[in-house]
Amino acid sequence: MGKKLLIHNDHVPNIHTLDVYRAHGGYASVEKALKTMTPDQVTDEVKKSGLRGRGGAGFPTGMKWSFLAKPEGVPRYLVCNADESEPGTFKDRYLMEKVPHALIEGMITSSYALGAKTSYIYIRGEYFYVARIVEKAIEEAYAAGLLGKNILGTDFSHDCYVQVGGGAYICGEETALLESLEGKRGNPRIKPPFPAVAGLWGCPTVVNNVETIAAVCPIVNMGGEEYAKIGIGKSTGTKLISASGHINKPGVYEIELGIPVEEFIYSNEYCGGIRNGKKMKAVVAGGSSVPILPTELILTTAKGEPRLMTYESLGDGGFQTGTMLGSGGFIVMDEDTSIVKNLFTFTRFYHHESCGQCSPCREGTGWMEKILKKILAGHGTEQDVELLWDIQSKIEGKTICPLGEAAAWPVAAALRHFKHEFLDYVKNPQNIKDVKHYYRLNNLVEA
Amino acid sequence: MGAQVHGTQTFNAAKRAEIKFSPEAMATVQKIISQYPPERIKSALLPVLHVAQAEFGGWLSPETMDYVAEVLTIKPIEVFEVASFYTMYNLKPVGKCTLEVCQTSSCWLNGAEDIVRYIEKKLNIKTGETTKDGMFTLKVAECLGSCGTAPMLQCGASFHENLTFEKVDGLLEKYRNEGRLRSYTDMDYHNTL
Repeated sequence: MGKKLLIHNDHVPNIHTLDVYRAHGGYASVEKALKTMTPDQVTDEVKKSGLRGRGGAGFPTGMKWSFLAKPEGVPRYLVCNADESEPGTFKDRYLMEKVPHALIEGMITSSYALGAKTSYIYIRGEYFYVARIVEKAIEEAYAAGLLGKNILGTDFSHDCYVQVGGGAYICGEETALLESLEGKRGNPRIKPPFPAVAGLWGCPTVVNNVETIAAVCPIVNMGGEEYAKIGIGKSTGTKLISASGHINKPGVYEIELGIPVEEFIYSNEYCGGIRNGKKMKAVVAGGSSVPILPTELILTTAKGEPRLMTYESLGDGGFQTGTMLGSGGFIVMDEDTSIVKNLFTFTRFYHHESCGQCSPCREGTGWMEKILKKILAGHGTEQDVELLWDIQSKIEGKTICPLGEAAAWPVAAALRHFKHEFLDYVKNPQNIKDVKHYYRLNNLVEA
Repeated sequence: MGAQVHGTQTFNAAKRAEIKFSPEAMATVQKIISQYPPERIKSALLPVLHVAQAEFGGWLSPETMDYVAEVLTIKPIEVFEVASFYTMYNLKPVGKCTLEVCQTSSCWLNGAEDIVRYIEKKLNIKTGETTKDGMFTLKVAECLGSCGTAPMLQCGASFHENLTFEKVDGLLEKYRNEGRLRSYTDMDYHNTL
């Protein structure tokens, strides 16, 4: 069993309540930070820990915190990004639902480090019931003097609120999230200025993912150096992985960064292997945005080394032969899966979720969706396959926010590793199994 | 007066005069507003729209949006531009129960299309349509964060996961018997995580 720091108590009955959470050591980091440490000392521990943003980008959290501008007389904000919408990712939902106080505790400790008197937890609207659970936990924390004025009798006062979103993937992008929090459409902002300088209502703001904020608690408790001993190299600590697809045991697993991918997929402690005794065909390792890899490349790097669950090892080989840890949304596909069809569900997703600000993304995602529809219906040509490659290459790097890349990368990777499948669709349309199904679903008349 | 036409719906002054939050809903709205600095009241818009949608029949009519603008002291167009951006706000009337079946990768891998097809057949409607009795609207949704418990559908605040045809049967029967409007803001929610 690997070490668990975030959801180690998820099996304890009523761990979502304050009393049980505290009885299991909860809020120790608030006590320690507020009573024995300065805010800068807390930030230093986070820096030493090597913690990297758990939302997907993997940016060092301590460094992000140190960018926060601190002009006199201007309020600073901590905003928690709980707009978890990356296909394949459901870890933040699990954490907030099972141990909501782990997030609240992290919010208080982190806000102390940042000097934020107010914080907001922005939860995707579809998770309305999760927001209820978190709000209840916040009420309990207020009643116990862990939120509000003079927390635990110290000089530090803090208010924490929940806001629900309206259903938009783009609000997971931090500046779109801030727009949404301000009551506007979720259109990402042009950067700079970065939120650390001009964020919520133009004030300096740090936006961190749920898991990132929760990880601050064990870091403060054990010390940054201890935390950094877990994991390998620059991938320190533990990570929540959302495992789904054709596996025997889908669910959320907390792993020590550094375990082999093969162990994660096949060991009974984690995914428990592929369902129905089938063979594995491909894996999307970090949420829909990261490149899909075929079995041989997800289990071993191009150099023949075992692939490990770390930022570096999953990224080994670049996009030619590697992928990314991303959000830890681990989607496993068995040998019968159509990579073309799976890509279609991704592309349809990005088309639906593009905010429409930038033409390459707004038009490109819809165009790619249309071409994939055509290929799936048995009317594709070889030129269509080439065109897909061309379109994705013209979206990447040409948009305000990374949704452009997120939409382009899955297309590029599917073509890179599974081009033969696309060509099979266009050359042998008679072999396509579910054409009728497809037409019916899209309310089309069969040609 | 506000905007005269919102989307495909026409503004009706008589209907507008009838719209007012119940005292309970108004208390919720006030609590939401109190979360933000007074000069940042617009921030309350998204959560207040959820309250309004639940309060006024499951969708946001032009009159409802105009009323929300008045409550938040912002322009009606500011309400409409937000309501039309986010997928959870309905700008057209829907059934009492909106069934949103997730169709993205992990759910697709686990048979979401079969669930959609089954519900369509069972309710005799196509995706996007509402049953004649106004009870059910069927929609497909993009990833709802239930990938490990796929396939799933959301109805109001509830997540119904690891769906089978039998589960769908039970669900439809239960909802039809209860016959009430299901909203995201419902306090009674069901989930199986």
